[in-house]
Amino acid sequence: MNIRRLFLILAPYAWLLVFFLIPFAIVLKIALSDYAISIPPYTPVLDLSAGWDGFKSFLSALDFENFTFLAEDALYYTAYLSSLKIAIISTFLTLLVGYPIAYGMAQAPDEWRPTLMMLVILPFWTSFLIRVYSWMSILSNEGFLNQLLMWTGLTDSSIQILNTNTAVYIGIVYTYLPFMVLPIYSALEKLDGSLIEAAEDLGCSRIQAFWLVTFPLSRPGVIAGSFLVFIPALGEFVIPSLLGGSSTLMIGKVLFEEFFNNRDWPVASAVAVVLLLILIIPIVLFQRNEQKQREADQ
Amino acid sequence: MNRRFSWFNATSITLGFAFLYLPMIILVTFSFNESKLVTVWAGFSTKWYGELFRDQAFLNAAWVTLKVAVISSTVATVLGTMAAYVIVRAGRFPGRTMFSGMIYAPLVMPEVITGLAMLLLFITIGLDRGVFTIILAHITFTMCFVSVVVSSRLATFDRSLEEAALDLGCTPFDAFKSVTLPIIAPAVVSGWLLAFTLSLDDLVISQFVAGPSATTLPMKIFSSVRLGVNPQINALSTILISIVTVGVISASLISKRSIARQRAEELAAVRT
Repeated sequence: MNIRRLFLILAPYAWLLVFFLIPFAIVLKIALSDYAISIPPYTPVLDLSAGWDGFKSFLSALDFENFTFLAEDALYYTAYLSSLKIAIISTFLTLLVGYPIAYGMAQAPDEWRPTLMMLVILPFWTSFLIRVYSWMSILSNEGFLNQLLMWTGLTDSSIQILNTNTAVYIGIVYTYLPFMVLPIYSALEKLDGSLIEAAEDLGCSRIQAFWLVTFPLSRPGVIAGSFLVFIPALGEFVIPSLLGGSSTLMIGKVLFEEFFNNRDWPVASAVAVVLLLILIIPIVLFQRNEQKQREADQ
Repeated sequence: MNRRFSWFNATSITLGFAFLYLPMIILVTFSFNESKLVTVWAGFSTKWYGELFRDQAFLNAAWVTLKVAVISSTVATVLGTMAAYVIVRAGRFPGRTMFSGMIYAPLVMPEVITGLAMLLLFITIGLDRGVFTIILAHITFTMCFVSVVVSSRLATFDRSLEEAALDLGCTPFDAFKSVTLPIIAPAVVSGWLLAFTLSLDDLVISQFVAGPSATTLPMKIFSSVRLGVNPQINALSTILISIVTVGVISASLISKRSIARQRAEELAAVRT
């Protein structure tokens, strides 16, 4: 072990400890503290300077007051449930929109593929905020979608789309579509075409062959894509703030408002801790899926 | 996969790309609209661009954003490359699992949580919030993306080249500089670009750690579009979209050319 190697390991390690792990310890600590009208707006329960005695009094005074508050106040658990609902529905919608695109790309002639790939990736490089913003003028009451609907005669008067949950679904599908398309495309591209031919020779119709052969074989891509949409959608803040309305409850927005508008740091921290606990399940499942894929590739 | 590019495929690709690109096309078109109403066309005009460039608050925010993005992505590239090297090469050391956990966790962490945690850290240690804290926060979350990009290149890299350099008398550092670095350079560059765009783009984390004294461009955009659509923002978006489009297309042309050159060299090497 030489000094250079030690430095190589220590520099990024120390950085992540200080700026990633310790902040979470602080969040946890504040989540267990009590709210107070002061600066900073909480009374610390754990007093490190008091040493071991401080730690003992911390354990004896430990209550999960902020967490029980989250469970009792309807605002919070409805916000968690509604975030889950919005994230699940929009993941499913993204799959419905994304699968045919990925399938079409996988069937496209070879010389088109680099261009198609670039066209899918390009929106990912453009600002997320701008992509969300671009829907505001389309979905507003005088917006293009309403103009189109009235011109085709589907509705007589404009319908409210912006500031509803529908707008949030559209926003999530739109911004996260590349995350769904790319893993499905890479699964479909690897697929051995002779399997489909074999299914058809054995009497399957094209639709049957799709459901019996193609779709099951593309499942790792579908799973990866769904997690890549679901995980960020659950904690989404920008989309419900710009496209959603006052009735759109999403936990990212609640956390933000709790912190900045109500200045209730202990509750905001407790909201963050619970959100993290909810996210651990899909994150672990996602990692397992990726691991299995890597092993299958080797 | 056997290719049967049917009408169904053509339609789904066309509709899909229309969905992806129409909102942007509308946004860009209406940035040249004379009227303040963003949904009614009233003739061609570039006046919103003029107003944008006369608006000092936007120019200041743009300068802050650029400064933050350049500094944070550069530091993040150095730290991220080191982290990638540690993950792929350093073998076992105490706390390795926690290290790789900390590298991958920020990739899936909701931004509101990262932002909140960082802010509480800065308040606890009594650091004044401003441009400096934004830079620290951006380095932390972008270095993980850099490290993922670089480590995937490092993992596929033929280690015997490095060993050959060591056998021929290079010090480990020389071997890294003259063999490893040139080979992983494309990944390092794309890691930097990714970190740079992520930093340019970031709203939520900056919103938490910025404090009242510093405003980045996304924060400025967010506060002005919260009240509704605004043609000045359309003009700004158009500028940003064009920069990205030119950047991505030229990067893909450059990489295509370098692949072609590499193939030609390999072919020449096989012939001689």
